[in-house]
Amino acid sequence: MFWKMVTGALRRQKSKRLMVALTVGLGVSLATAMLGVMFDVGDKVNQELKTYGANLTVIPRGASLAGDKYRFEGETEDASAGAEDAENYLPEDELYKIKMIFWAFNVVDFAPFLATRLTVGEGPEAREVVFNGTWFNKTLELPTGDKVTTGVMPLKSWWRLEGEPGSDDHFDGVMVGRNLAAELGLGLGSVFTAKDASGARRSMLTRGIIESGGDEDDEIFGTLAFAQAAAGLPGLAQKVEVSALTTPENDLARRAAADPESLSRLEWDAWYCTAYISSIAYQIEEALPGTRVKPVWRVAESEGAIMQKTQLLIVLLTVLTLLCSALAISNLVTANIMERSVEIGLMKALGASNLAVSLLILAETLLVAFLGGFVGYLAGLGLARFIGISVFGSQVVVKTVVIPLAVLMVLLVTLLGSLPALQAILKLKPTEVLHGR
Amino acid sequence: MANIMEIQNVSKIYGPLKALQDVSLSVPPGQWLAIMGPSGSGKTTLMNIIGCLDTPSLGEVILDGVRLSSLKPGELTTIRREAIGLIFQQFHLVSYLTALENVMMAQFYHSLVDEGEAMEALERVGLSDRARHLPRQLSGGEQQRVCIARALINHPKLLLADEPTGNLDEINEKLVMDILHKLRGGGSTIVLVTHAPEVAAHADRVIVLEHGKLAEDRLNERGGDAGPLAAAGLAESEGEVGGAKMAS
Repeated sequence: MFWKMVTGALRRQKSKRLMVALTVGLGVSLATAMLGVMFDVGDKVNQELKTYGANLTVIPRGASLAGDKYRFEGETEDASAGAEDAENYLPEDELYKIKMIFWAFNVVDFAPFLATRLTVGEGPEAREVVFNGTWFNKTLELPTGDKVTTGVMPLKSWWRLEGEPGSDDHFDGVMVGRNLAAELGLGLGSVFTAKDASGARRSMLTRGIIESGGDEDDEIFGTLAFAQAAAGLPGLAQKVEVSALTTPENDLARRAAADPESLSRLEWDAWYCTAYISSIAYQIEEALPGTRVKPVWRVAESEGAIMQKTQLLIVLLTVLTLLCSALAISNLVTANIMERSVEIGLMKALGASNLAVSLLILAETLLVAFLGGFVGYLAGLGLARFIGISVFGSQVVVKTVVIPLAVLMVLLVTLLGSLPALQAILKLKPTEVLHGR
Repeated sequence: MANIMEIQNVSKIYGPLKALQDVSLSVPPGQWLAIMGPSGSGKTTLMNIIGCLDTPSLGEVILDGVRLSSLKPGELTTIRREAIGLIFQQFHLVSYLTALENVMMAQFYHSLVDEGEAMEALERVGLSDRARHLPRQLSGGEQQRVCIARALINHPKLLLADEPTGNLDEINEKLVMDILHKLRGGGSTIVLVTHAPEVAAHADRVIVLEHGKLAEDRLNERGGDAGPLAAAGLAESEGEVGGAKMAS
C-alpha cells in the first residue's frame, strides 16, 4: 500500500517532480564533476607542476653536506676533483632500484648526473667548461621483467631546445648551452674537441642547443658514459634527480620527515603507505643504501600549497552547489506539501502518525531525487571529462569513491531540503484543512 | 451499560472567541446523535474534539472509558485510528487512489491491509462494481459512499459524520441515510453534524448548539426506534432536556 501511495503520488504533479529531479541532478552533476576533479586534481596538478623540475635529489651519504647545499643552489661540482673517493658516488647499475620502491608508479622520471670539467681551445684562448653527463632516453630492464625508459628531458621540461635532444645511443653527441655555443661559435652539427682532466682529447658533435635561463646556458650536456670516461669514474654518478607524484605534506609527514622513529607503528604504516615526499625519499634510501635523498622543498611545498588551495576551492564550490540545490528542493517540496495539505490532513485524520506521513513524503522525494541524482551523476562524469580536457588537457578519471559520495550527497541534499516540508507536516492540523467550509 | 462518550463541561476558547461554552453530554453505545445548529454555533468544533482532532480548552472528554485530556498528541492519534470513523462533507478521497485503495489506506494506517475486507466494505455501500475507479470517475454520492466504507473498514466504536449529505442531491442523500440507518441497526454509535432538520430527523437524539452553548437536547419522536440504549443514555445524563446538561 505504501508504494502504491508513493507511486500514485509521483504520477501526479509530474512537472514539480521533474523540477526536483532536475534540481538534484544539477547539484549532483556539478558536485560529481567537482569531486571527480578534486580526487584527480592531485595527479593533474602534480603533472602540471613537474615543469618545476625534480622534487627529490639522491646523493651519496658520504658527499659533503655543505658542498651539496651550495652545489644544488648553483655551482656544478666537479667530479674530477674528487675522483679518488668512490664513496662520494652512486653506482649507475643500481639506480633501477628507484623504480622498485613501494611508490614506484609515482616516480615519473629520474636521471643521474655526473659533472666534470673539460678544457676547450688552446693556449690563451683555452677555457674550462662544465660537462654534465646524464641519461637522455635510458631504457632500464627491471628484475620484474618490466622495462622503463627515463632521462633528463622530461625533468627539464622548461628548457628550450634547438635541434635534437641528446641520445644515449650517441656517445659523443651533446647539447650545448646557448651562451656557451655563442661564445665558442658552435652551431647545430658543429664538431669540437676538448681535453679532459687526464689530458686526453675528446671530440663532440653538437646535436642541440639549449636555453634554460640558468647555469645550464653555459654548460654542456652529454651522455653519462662520456662523462664517466672523461672523469675516470666508470659506472658512477654524483647525484640523481627524481620527479615523483606526491601527496601534500601534513603534520604526520612533517613529523616523519623530522624523525621517522618518533611515529607509532600505526602512524608509521599510514605514513609509509602514503605518497608523501618524505616517505618516497625514505623508500629510495631503503632501496639505495648509502644514499641520502633530499626533497627539493620549494617544489614540494609549492605543489602541496597549490593542491591544497585548489582542493579547498573545489570543496567550497561543491558545498555551495549542494546548498543551493537543498534550498531549491526545500521550496519545491514545501510547495508540494502545501498543495497536498488536504490529503496530508486526511491521512493524519485517519490515524497516520507524523512519522508515517513524513516517511511517505520522504520516500516520494528520495525516489525522485535518486533518479535525478543518477542522471546527474552520469552528466557529472561527462562534465568532469570536459573540465579535465579543457583545463588539464587530459581526461579526468572519476574515482569510484565518488559513487558513495554522490549517494550521500543526494541523501543529504534531499533530507536537508525536505526539513522545512517535514516541519510543515508536523504543524499541519487536520482540522484546519479538512473542514473547508 | 457505560456511555461510549462523556463530555463534561467542555469549552473551547480562541482568544476572545468562545467556540464552545461549558457543554456536557453523554452518549450511550448504539445511539445516533445529531448535532444541529447554525453556522458558527460550534458544531464542527465539538465534532473535532469528539474525534480527537482537537482538544478542549476546559473540561473533559471521556471516550470509551479513556480520559482524552491525559493523552499526548500521539496517543490521541492512536485513539482516532482505533476507535473513530470519520465521514466528511467533501468526501476527501485521495485523488490518485482507486475507491478500493482509498478504503485500504485507512486499513494501512490502522493495521494490515486486506483487499478482500476492503472490497466487502465497498459491497456494503453498494460500490463493489466501482472499486477500481478513481474518485474523479465517481459521482458525489458514490464518493460519499466510498468515504463511508473507509470510515467503517476498521470497525470503529464511534462514527463521526460531518454534514455527510451536504454536497449530495436528494437521491444520493437518501442512499447515504439508508446506509447510516443500517449501521445504526447494526449497533453502531453515530454522531452526525448537520444543519438540515430533515437529516437530523433520522437520528435518535438531537442536540442543538447556539453560540457554543447547548441550547436543546431532545429525543426524536421516532425515538422509540432508538431503543433502550438511547433512552438509557439520556436517563444517565442530567439536565433539562432528557439528560443533557444545559450550558446556559
